[in-house]
Amino acid sequence: MFVGKAWKYGRDVNTDDIISAKYLVSWDAFELGKNCMEALDPDFIKNVREGDMVVAEENFGCGSSREHAPLALKGAGVSCVIAKSFARIFYRNAINIGLPVLESPEAVEGISTGDELNVDPETGEIKNITTGKTFHASPYPEFMQRLMNAGGLIEYVKTRVRS
Amino acid sequence: MGMTISEKILAKHAGKDIVKPGDLLEVDVDIVLSNDITAPIAISEFRKIGIDHVFDKDKVVMVADHYVPGKDVKSAEQAKFMHEFAREYGIKHYYDVGRGGIEHALLPEEGLVKPGDLIIGADSHTCTYGGLGAFSTGMGSTDIAAAMAMGCIWMKVPPSMKFIFEGTLNRWVSGKDLILFTIGQIGVDGALYKAMEFAGSVIEAMSVDQRLTIANMAIEAGGKNGIMKANKQVLDYVGSRTGTEGIVYESDEDAKYEREFSFDVSDMEPQVAFPHLPSNIRPVSQARDIVIDQVVIGSCTNGRLEDLRTAAEVLKGRNTAENVRLIVIPATQEVYRKAMDEGLFDIFLDANAAISTPTCGPCLGGHMGVMAAGERAVATTNRNFVGRMGHPKSEVYLANPAVAAASAVLGRIGSPDELD
Repeated sequence: MFVGKAWKYGRDVNTDDIISAKYLVSWDAFELGKNCMEALDPDFIKNVREGDMVVAEENFGCGSSREHAPLALKGAGVSCVIAKSFARIFYRNAINIGLPVLESPEAVEGISTGDELNVDPETGEIKNITTGKTFHASPYPEFMQRLMNAGGLIEYVKTRVRS
Repeated sequence: MGMTISEKILAKHAGKDIVKPGDLLEVDVDIVLSNDITAPIAISEFRKIGIDHVFDKDKVVMVADHYVPGKDVKSAEQAKFMHEFAREYGIKHYYDVGRGGIEHALLPEEGLVKPGDLIIGADSHTCTYGGLGAFSTGMGSTDIAAAMAMGCIWMKVPPSMKFIFEGTLNRWVSGKDLILFTIGQIGVDGALYKAMEFAGSVIEAMSVDQRLTIANMAIEAGGKNGIMKANKQVLDYVGSRTGTEGIVYESDEDAKYEREFSFDVSDMEPQVAFPHLPSNIRPVSQARDIVIDQVVIGSCTNGRLEDLRTAAEVLKGRNTAENVRLIVIPATQEVYRKAMDEGLFDIFLDANAAISTPTCGPCLGGHMGVMAAGERAVATTNRNFVGRMGHPKSEVYLANPAVAAASAVLGRIGSPDELD
């Protein structure tokens, strides 16, 4: 269960917004996290606390294939991202590096910056403590769920190549 | 039920006769690509798997192109990390500085892509190879690590959207304008998770370089891939590079599309994408009051020989405006040499252009043309997000090479028709 505050953004938050290309000289999540969301919201990194959630409208993570983007969010302490929809490559990358991504247009509508949230990544239940409303994210595609249960893609591949 | 080109290629690589949108497949890959930015993560993840070989040394391709020649110590270390892995694992197609260029211009040149192939790469513009009739898509580094080990990857069959272009293109209108126009029509998530299939007489007659430009920017509409049936120019090109023609797939008459668009493009003007989204499109005639500081002609989108020839045609006998820096970046060593041999460099140098070695450099705000606050560029690149080419308060306007060259001369955004 994740407990934290929501930081809400608009639509088409791109991977350059999440981590500018000038920082792609490291792939350490903590290092990348120091400059997360810099161009979009210079105060984000000062305000965000371990466990907080990023909430956004449609097409979160569009643009580049850089896995540095979900790594930067994770490194900044973000526990999960809730959006109306996700760009394809970002969604796969987030799952692969272990950053839960929850799709729920209703939840996004019902959350404002600063709201206290409780999120259960297993069931997809999103509770807005501030407003008292509860939402349910769409379940992960079945195969993704299997990958996550296996401990992620690399663990899954390990068993595959050994068998 | 008939199938689309994309569905046929995916079916073939999954060992199935029929697939439909939504099917989850495990597909064999023909090429697994990464670059100096994305390979380091892929390599770190690959090493965790604990095997001493990649699935096929001839099918794993690594290209140093983003931050090379080394822009600083950290980027040099990333390139070195990739270089050392390539040597240790005997990667045949490893391309360092001076031996390659920008990955998506390089792979077709090197004969690594054929119609009907399935290619994945840790770079979002891997969708470029759809211009040759291949299914290609970008993924993250961890997926690439998995494919480097197994030679296959999981993929969902995307629904297809069809874009038909008919008519005759005006002078100075090119593949870049068709794709910018399309993104303007459907938005930056208009093709989210979908296959974008391009067809019609304009596409059938189009040059290889322009077809690659169109497929290259499918990701800018959120597409999983961009694709078109290989035409004669593609078969001649691929034949001369690989000695074979690959497998030419075409969509069945009764193939199913989620949406179909038909455009008569005879009256189309060159298109310009205003900051800060590639979908923020206006015709060039409505962009004339924008004064600029820099022009970049290059990238995986528009750094090929035809692009440089077009720019040179516009720049011949002309000079860039005093307020403009013009940076020309041939996409590969081969493009560089051919442009030089054809005398294009003389035209660029006479116009006061700076000619760079092949690199992605300024396209992603890396180096070789990063902008200061308040500066504006016209670029033949693919993204104009906030801060994409430097300071968050700088601006990028996307255009075709002819408009970029004309804008360099005019000192503001404009068309070659405005030059006397």
